[in-house]
Amino acid sequence: MTADAPEITSVAIPPSLDEAQKGTSLWKDAWRRLRRNKLAIIGLINFVLITLFCLIGPYFVPYQSGEQARSLQSCRPMEPIYARIQERKGKIVRTDFIPESKILDENAFITVSKEQRDAGLAQLKRGEPLKAGRYTYQISARKHLLGTDALGRDLLVRMMHGGRISIGVGLAATAVSILIGVVYGAVSGYLGGNLDIVMMRIVDILYTIPFTIFVILLMVFLPPSIFLLFMAIGAVEWLTMARIVRGEISALKHREFVEAAVSLGLGRLHIIFRHLIPNVLGSVIVYSTLTVPQVMLLEAVLSFLGLGVQPPMSSWGVLIDDGAKTIETTPWLLLFPAAIFSLTLFSLNFLGDGLRDALDPKSSKD
Amino acid sequence: MLKFIFHRLLQLVPVLVVVITVTFLMAKKAPGGPFSAERKASPQVIERQNAYYGYDKPLPVQYFRYLANLAKGQLGPSTTYPTETVNQVIARSFPVSLQVGTLAMAIALAFGVPAGVLAAVRKNTLLDYLPMSFAMSGICLPTFVMGPVLAIIFGLWLHWGNVAGIDQAENTWLPPIFLPALTLGLFYGAYVARLTRGGMLEVLTQDFIRTAQAKGVNSLRIILKHTLKGGLMPVVSFLGPAFAGLISGSFVVEKVFNLPGLGKEFIKAAFNRDYSLILGTVVFYAVLIVVFNLLVDVIHALLDPRIRH
Repeated sequence: MTADAPEITSVAIPPSLDEAQKGTSLWKDAWRRLRRNKLAIIGLINFVLITLFCLIGPYFVPYQSGEQARSLQSCRPMEPIYARIQERKGKIVRTDFIPESKILDENAFITVSKEQRDAGLAQLKRGEPLKAGRYTYQISARKHLLGTDALGRDLLVRMMHGGRISIGVGLAATAVSILIGVVYGAVSGYLGGNLDIVMMRIVDILYTIPFTIFVILLMVFLPPSIFLLFMAIGAVEWLTMARIVRGEISALKHREFVEAAVSLGLGRLHIIFRHLIPNVLGSVIVYSTLTVPQVMLLEAVLSFLGLGVQPPMSSWGVLIDDGAKTIETTPWLLLFPAAIFSLTLFSLNFLGDGLRDALDPKSSKD
Repeated sequence: MLKFIFHRLLQLVPVLVVVITVTFLMAKKAPGGPFSAERKASPQVIERQNAYYGYDKPLPVQYFRYLANLAKGQLGPSTTYPTETVNQVIARSFPVSLQVGTLAMAIALAFGVPAGVLAAVRKNTLLDYLPMSFAMSGICLPTFVMGPVLAIIFGLWLHWGNVAGIDQAENTWLPPIFLPALTLGLFYGAYVARLTRGGMLEVLTQDFIRTAQAKGVNSLRIILKHTLKGGLMPVVSFLGPAFAGLISGSFVVEKVFNLPGLGKEFIKAAFNRDYSLILGTVVFYAVLIVVFNLLVDVIHALLDPRIRH
């Protein structure tokens, strides 16, 4: 380093003007407010965790979603499972699995006295193999964390795969409803006049039509497909979005920045999509977050009625329907899918409420 | 007021035309027909059946014939129930759904309004958090989860009500429509509670309430006389969508509790391609919803004079 280098260490550098004047943006402000709302943050984290659970969970479970095991029908959660090994001439011919609740129905336990039976059971529980007749029984490492259904399928894996469909349909159908609702509302609100009156009248009329009924008819009449499912749901859930967007846009369009854009000679579409819609994104995000649980609920209702997702695919609605049928004998088949479904709805509703308070403090009721 | 009602009734016409046309086209264009069964009947038989019901005519003829019959109030014969007309099927099954729906609405209001008022008056205390957490759980526990759970607890464990349907009525002290109504009522009660709380809070912060407090009006009177009327506005607006929701909710509870209501008939008709029963049910539902929305609007207008103008 040479001597003529200026000594700058003692000079206090004033903060640049840009930085000093930088206010907090709407989004930063909203994020700060959202972070203070504990329930909303818990909801957000919870939803992300459930989504991850469904997306990557199946890679950590040693069973496939369609894998059936006839001998393992309706296992209780965490029920010990015994391997039944059939040997012939010292070679293992066949291995299958028996849950603890059915082991006493095995021939080896029916035909012997009570003392022998208890002794055999105790031996098995200690982890020692038990030879009885043609079979050797031994406790196995196989475990079904949440039990199995009536076809011996692992419930945990089915819940993960079902969740992919449920959450996927929820997000996709909401996206469809945002697309229709925002464009419709923005056009109606910005162009105004008679067109606005007619367009909003149509929305009013559509509101009075029993739409769930039409979705049901669509699902019955058309060949079942998951694409159709979320298109149909999305096509009925856009009305409220259109109303919200239209209201905000028709208030915004008289503001100076729109006048400036008009005087610059920008086209209507350009003004709507580049200048107006970004300004209503807050409400759109809030309402979308609240639409997702509604859509998921509708999907589950359809699946519950046997009209939504068709086998071999499953969704939480399908699993709840299956579980509800056998609630007396295998309550866990209803309990676990219902719990994760409700938990997801909880998370999304809390997140939506929190976002509303954060992005639109005026509408907050507190 | 009469003009207002008349205008709304006029709106019924385009709604019905749209509903009928869309349903008609959807049903007719769908693959399969009312007589395609797993055991194939001979083509001649199917032909004669189609001719009997007039399903062999060109679509426009069928369409206008249906409209003409509808104008006379006839919804046509049902192919699922050969001995009954659609009018008879609706007359037999709708009272069941109506009873469940009315009781459900009553339960929703009876739980929801007091809970919401309590939460708003005691805002940010335990009496606010507790009912509101219950309300949130009510919204997140959909009817098809709540239904089976209530059926197990009250039907199979406590034997208070029967859950096998009205036909298999044992002598239980809960009427057979109670559990389905409770299932629906708790769900909508949760919404009502949240809306009541929001509406009440909005009114409670207004100047005229503070004036009343300053004048020394006792707080019970402030709530009942001054706040409730305005505070319940969101609940009144919600009644319209809630009614439509009760109809689709009836599909679920009638399945869970095996009730012979209209919702069950509708789903069955859709699966069986029973054209006139599908159309009849949808038209019936549409009229019902529009008329109910009209009633809600009238109540609204009566409560809030600004709307009338």
